Amino acid sequence: MARASAHLATPNASDLLEKARAAAASVVDPEIPVITIEELGVLRDVAVEADGSVTVTITPTYTGCPAMTVFVMDIEVALDEAGFEQVRVETVLSPAWTSDWMSEAAREKLRAYGIAPPVGSAGSTGLFDKPDVACPRCGSLKTERISEFGSTACKALYKCGSCHEPFDYFKCI
Amino acid sequence: MANDLFTYTMRLADDAAILSQRLAGWCGHASHLEEDIALTNIALDQIGCARLLYAYAGEIEGKGRDEDALCFNRNEREFTNLLLLEQPNDDFAYAIVRQFFYSAYVLLFWQALKSSKDERLAGIAAKAEKEAAYHLRHSAEWVVRLGDGTEESRSRIEEAIEFLWMYTGEMFEMDEVATALAEQGIAVDAAAIKPAWNKSINEVFARADLSVPTGTWMQTGGRNGEHSEHLGHVLAPMQYLQRAYPGLVW
Ligand SMILES: [Zn+2]
Repeated sequence: MARASAHLATPNASDLLEKARAAAASVVDPEIPVITIEELGVLRDVAVEADGSVTVTITPTYTGCPAMTVFVMDIEVALDEAGFEQVRVETVLSPAWTSDWMSEAAREKLRAYGIAPPVGSAGSTGLFDKPDVACPRCGSLKTERISEFGSTACKALYKCGSCHEPFDYFKCI
Repeated sequence: MANDLFTYTMRLADDAAILSQRLAGWCGHASHLEEDIALTNIALDQIGCARLLYAYAGEIEGKGRDEDALCFNRNEREFTNLLLLEQPNDDFAYAIVRQFFYSAYVLLFWQALKSSKDERLAGIAAKAEKEAAYHLRHSAEWVVRLGDGTEESRSRIEEAIEFLWMYTGEMFEMDEVATALAEQGIAVDAAAIKPAWNKSINEVFARADLSVPTGTWMQTGGRNGEHSEHLGHVLAPMQYLQRAYPGLVW
């Protein structure tokens, strides 16, 4: 998902870039620690300048998502630990983030963690449509939405009618 | 032109900020826990939207006012939000109808603003559109549930619809600022989205057998800083900290 671009052509440049990219890509979502910002689609670009300074570009999932501040701090720490001293994190809004950017592998990780991944693609459901959300624990489709909104901006709250467990659903937007 | 763009961006920012503060008033007071979380989540989306818009307005103005200065250090008459959004949380039905009228409008508004020639506004619109679609789902479901619910829930939502209706006309007004920017391909022709808004209101009301008011007399003034008596009460708790301790940061 994230692009990696080198801005200089010394023999070392691509190694440095790869190192910076890997460090940034290792940062996980503080609220869903099994998913990295790369898998989430939040990490958009990593660039290393000739002077060794790094610019990481991210995009917010939701405009008011409080996790964004944590993302920025965690990216700075990860790059610092990888040996980069000058790090800048930039935020872009376009193209707007969508849950469609999450890979199949990331969706599987969500499920294994107990969060039902988004069903279908963004914008495909009508005003009163209800998606068939499978329980991440038992796979049953006999589930019920308790609330359109959940513990974080990106989640809704569901309950399984088969195993009776409540669970989070990663909103499709 | 820069002045018009500042004015226009501030209107949108004030809309988001005032609605956010109103929604935040439900924190700990909603009908049940899930709804408490829902209303405050919508408030959070509005804060995010307000921050982006205030920050951009501050850049356009170029006088060093940041998002906090613009939100917390302006007086009532300087706020240019829609009157609908400052109306009180008298009843849950009022909050739902206010949200429904606005979400149905602003979803169409962001969809149109996405193709603005102003790239920053277009970017913010593309982001806000997805969130508005979600807010509309939430409020539309409640409109149907209350309208189709008990005798009491129905009478309360009917009262809210009747009261808030006169604040809906303002959303579609085009004054000199909006018209000048619309001619340059920057602003939305709000009057042009009214038919689609009416359609969306009619469809949802029809599901709960609620009738659309026929009144045509509309309140106006918010875009010029002329507000109802309620705005001061929204601003007081919101601005208190920065007024008492100017420049305080966490
Ligand atoms: Zn289950």
